[in-house]
Order: sequence, then C-alpha cells, then structure tokens
Amino acid sequence: MNKTLLLIKHEFLGTVRRKAFIILTIAFPLIALLGILAGQVLPGMIKTTTTTEKVGFVDQVGIFTQNITENNIHLIPYSTEEAAKTALEQKDVTEYFIIPSDYISTGVIHIYTLTSEIAPGGTVQSAISDFLLNNLLKGNSEAVITRAKNPLNITSTTLTSGGTPASNQGGFSAFILPYIFSILLLLAIFTSSGYLLQGLGEEKENRVMEILLSSISPRQLLAGKVLGLGAAGLLQIIVWLISANFLLRMASASWGNVLGSLQITPEFLLLGIVYFILGYLLMAILMAGVGSISPTAREGQQMSVIFIMPVIIPFYFLPLILENSDSIAVRILTFIPLTAPITVMVRSGLSVIPVWELLISIGILILSVWGCFVLTTKLFRTYLLMYGKRPDLREIVRSFRAS
Amino acid sequence: MFSIEVNHILKTYGKHAAVNDVSFDVNQGEIFGLIGPNGAGKTTTIRMMMDIIKPDSGDIKIMGEKLNDNSKNKIGYLPEERGLYKKMTVMDTIIYFASLKGVDAPLARQRGEELLKRADLLPHQNKRIEELSRGMSQIIQVIITVIHEPDLIILDEPFSGLDPVNTQLLKDLIRDLKNKGKTIIMSTHLMNDIEELCDRLLMINKGRAVLYGSLAEVKSNYRNNTVLVEAVGELGDIEGVTAQTPHNGGVELKLDAKTTPQMLLERLVKKGIVINRFELSTPSLTEIFIKVVGDEHE
Repeated sequence: MNKTLLLIKHEFLGTVRRKAFIILTIAFPLIALLGILAGQVLPGMIKTTTTTEKVGFVDQVGIFTQNITENNIHLIPYSTEEAAKTALEQKDVTEYFIIPSDYISTGVIHIYTLTSEIAPGGTVQSAISDFLLNNLLKGNSEAVITRAKNPLNITSTTLTSGGTPASNQGGFSAFILPYIFSILLLLAIFTSSGYLLQGLGEEKENRVMEILLSSISPRQLLAGKVLGLGAAGLLQIIVWLISANFLLRMASASWGNVLGSLQITPEFLLLGIVYFILGYLLMAILMAGVGSISPTAREGQQMSVIFIMPVIIPFYFLPLILENSDSIAVRILTFIPLTAPITVMVRSGLSVIPVWELLISIGILILSVWGCFVLTTKLFRTYLLMYGKRPDLREIVRSFRAS
Repeated sequence: MFSIEVNHILKTYGKHAAVNDVSFDVNQGEIFGLIGPNGAGKTTTIRMMMDIIKPDSGDIKIMGEKLNDNSKNKIGYLPEERGLYKKMTVMDTIIYFASLKGVDAPLARQRGEELLKRADLLPHQNKRIEELSRGMSQIIQVIITVIHEPDLIILDEPFSGLDPVNTQLLKDLIRDLKNKGKTIIMSTHLMNDIEELCDRLLMINKGRAVLYGSLAEVKSNYRNNTVLVEAVGELGDIEGVTAQTPHNGGVELKLDAKTTPQMLLERLVKKGIVINRFELSTPSLTEIFIKVVGDEHE
C-alpha cells in the first residue's frame, strides 16, 4: 500500500477510536434529541387547569354584561367591590378584577389576588382579554371579532430586482441553520486540527518522529496526517448532518412553529462541505507548522491561538453581517482565507452570495492551502527533530528560503 | 560495491559547522563504527545519510543511488532520539512500523513473534508500550529496525540505556546480522563496543574526520613501539629499551626508534632470559581516542 495511504489509515483509525472524539460526535445529536424529547414531554408535564376557576369582576363602566366561561375560567359579576372582596376572602373566587369607570379611555384593569404572583396567569389573562373584547365589539359579526383578536399574520417574500421571488427568502429559520452549522463547522475544524497539533507534539515528545522519517518523507508525513485526521473530521460532520436531517423531522412535531420551515438545501450542503474541507485543510496545515516548530504539545496549543482567533472573527462581526450581508467589509471577510468558512456559512443563510464572490473566495483558499503546504513541508524538514528549542521568526524565514 | 559512499558532506548551523567535509565509504557486509565524543557530529552525519536533513554540500549514495522510497525500505534505522507510541500495544507497533517499510501484516506478525521470542518478550506482545521498562522498549525498537530484513542497518548509540543482559542480546543480534551478509553501521562513544564488533571505523571530532580505516590499520598506526614481556627473574638493562614499567604482572618495555620488537626478542633470548609472554602492545581504541581528541584540543 502507498505509504501516504497507510498513514492516513493510521491517523484516521487512531482518531475515531479516541474516546473524546466519539463522545463529541455523539454529544450533539444526543443533546438535540434530548431537547426535542423535552419539547414533547414538557408540555404534558406542565399542569393545565382542568378544574373550573372562578374569577370575580366588578363592572363600573356598565357595558360588560356578556358573561363568558372560556378555557375553564368562569367569570362571576359582583355589584360592588366589597362583595367581590368578601367572595375572595371566603374563597368563592380565586381572584377578582375591577373595570374602573374610566376604563374606556385608560385601559387600566385592577386585579386582586390572595397569592402574590409575578404576572397574572396566562389562561386567566387571555380569558379576561377575550371577555373585554367580546363586550367592546358587541354587535359585530363573529368573524370580525375573531380577526380583531388576531389581526396580523405576516408572510413576507423577498423579491429580486426583476420582481420575481428570490430563491433565498432569508428570515430567522433560514439564518438559524447556517448559524448552528457554522458553529459545528468551527468545532469540527478545531477538533481535528487540534488532534493534529497534539499528535505532532506527542510524536516529538515520544521521539517517534525520527523513526517515522526514516521510512517516509516529511511531505508524506504531513499529507498523511492532514488527510487522515481530515477524514475523521469529515466523518464527524457527516454524522452531524445525517442526524440533523433526521432530528429536524422529529423536531417539527414539537417545535414545529420555529423549526418547521428549516431545511437543508443541496446548495447549502455543498457549500458546507466545500468550506469544511478547505477550511480544515488550511487550519490543519497551519497547525502542523505550529506543531513542527514548538517543542511540546502544550506550547503548540498556546501558539495555535494566533490562527484560531481569525477563524472566530466573523462571529464578532455578526451584527455587521446580519445588517448588511453584502457590504464591503463582509466581502473582505469572505475573501480572507481564515475568515472565509464561517463568513460564507453565515452569509448563505441571509442572502444569495454572488457566484463570482464564492469562486474568488474558494480560489484564494485553495491557493493558500497549497502555499502553506509547501512552506510547512520545509518547516517539517528543518524543525521536526529540533527538540527543546523553538526557532525565532528570522530562523523560520531563513529555513523557507534555504530549502 | 560500496554500501554507502559519503563524499565531502558539509552541514553548518549558523556559523557552527556540525559536519565539516567528511568522506567515507562503507563496504557491503561489514560492521562499520562511527565514533567520536558527544557532539562530534555523528548523529548529524547519520541523519544526512537518512535524508532527514540535507547537507549544505557534498553528496551521499546509498547502495549506489540517492536515497529514495525504494532504498528506504532496505534500510533499518535506530535513531539516537528514539521512542514509540506509548498507547499502542507491542505487536500493533511492530506491525505498523513494518507496514511503513512495505511489509504486510501477517508477515510482520510472524517475524515479530520470532524476534520477540528470541528476546524473551513474547509474553508482552499485547501490552502497551508504556507498560514496558525502558530497556524492553528499546529492544522493541531494535526489532522494529530489523523487522523488514533490511540490507543496511544503521544503529545510533544502540547500547545506551541497556542493561548487560540486553546489551549481550543486542551484540549477538548484530553478529547474526553480519553473518547473514547485512551491512551494519553503528555509532557509539564507547570504544570497547567498537573493538569488540567493528571491522572498520571512522572517528570524527568537532565535525571533522580524524581517523579512518580498518581497526587493525588504525591500531598499528598508533602503535607506540612498546612490548609487553612476562619473564622469570629480573630483565636488567637491555640495549634499545628506554623505559621499563611494571604492567599486569609483566613489564612494558619502551623501545627507542632504532629498535624493532624482533631485535628486542633476539637480545632477550641471547641474554638467556626465560620468557613466558612476549606481546606487541597496541594501544586500545580508548587510548587512541584520548590521544587524538587530546591533540585536537591543543
């Protein structure tokens, strides 16, 4: 078998057998599943009043005559406030409210209870509200009254400049998926490139490196490690995507109004995978470079922050991206190799990214992956066997030129 | 054919020349010793032979060609800085490193079992490397070095950290490999290992080659014209002898420039002295080493 393939296999199996990797891979679908189950079980656990609740009221305006019993709330009229108070004290009613004579102009309703509460219970409040509306709109048809209770059902359509509906309608549900996915992408990129850094550090500390290099070239070592761990990361992403699809279908039953319209489009899937692969490759190669010049795994992790920060930067610019996803600043973030993956993921949920921008962004990423690969191979050759000392910047630049 | 040809290699780190214009050849089937004090440039030379670092100038041919993927599979290399994956089991480690040298798993397992058995480590084959003692894991590293039955074996300080039992085991293994026609290069700073095992040697000091040749040649070049004699009774004054020092129950006689050992023997016989032992005293490698390195210091 080709030696690079052997290394890929070794690194891949070594990673997917790690406990931390397995836990992380399963954790997300599991947490989501728990959330969904909670969504189905909790409403059943929340106590719904099945017994009739009696609420007293005093009408000082004189038009609220139509008594109603709605959602097990029974409204009982009292002629004076004292009568209502006595009824409350004798526990004939659980609470009472007063419609003061200036209600029509102020809208103020006083509610009196024996138990203190943050806000009047939802069912009681909506029963009172319905009761007031029914009486205020007396004489109108049932349909008008129903509409007055719920006057606004928004459906919005984004039109293109040509006047036809745009293919990406934006909105909360269109945004939330790319957002969640970009976090997962980040996590997958960081875990697998983190393993790479850790692995290199361990091999340096274990002194396995030189034995490896007597069988394979630095280039084979770098390619094998990057691709092997990348395959493990890709597996993780695929597990998450498949379970996300499955979970979304389950979720629409309980969280239907929020998540019902969520769906993973093929375009989004393609973008996600392309940017995972490129983003991961760049990150992994940079991490390998860091790993090769740092004497221990721990020092490598500290140094890696330099490259991790730019990748998260798009999250700091989130308000900007949300407000105007086509602005110059956002475009620049799309073109910078390290910020591109997350920026593109988030943007794709908000608007249609012009194809030329994507092509430039992907092109720059591919070029930087290749460039970093060539440079890191040189670093590997020079520094993999330098134990216990870290080269300074000038030495690194010199080694780029030398080999 | 030479197994290795090294021509005028040079490697500098900053202003410091780690290896300075070193050339040597290694014949097929011999044990070649690379000796020198710590920091002399032995490991750098070996790393350049393995193409792990590139020389600034000069060239190295392994089995007649530049090192490539194919010839790498024919070399077994035990680096001075060595270790294994701590979490892997002994057998998995052997199989993995064998696979990187192009040996498939069943064959690697079979050979691995044989070698482990020989080292009395077979019961440990399913243990993790971290559970082994340092000496044991070093033996595993040696097994990995020879698992693909390489034609050329390079051992950098192979005996460091081994107890006497394992040292003997490794020496026997090295002799076995030589008997099978393998070429072996070993570096060491322990001279008696070289005297015991090597056919030819190269001594480097401060990056430069200071001695090169067969063990016998090197020794005879550094012969100091002394003879060890064990005799019955006093020797008395002998013509051509400048000094007599007691040595190991005998006397070491230092000869002047005009006198050869043969002439000394004749004179002793003429004097009627009963000789129990007459031996040309050649200096040990240690003495040569100290002399050469000492001269360099001056």
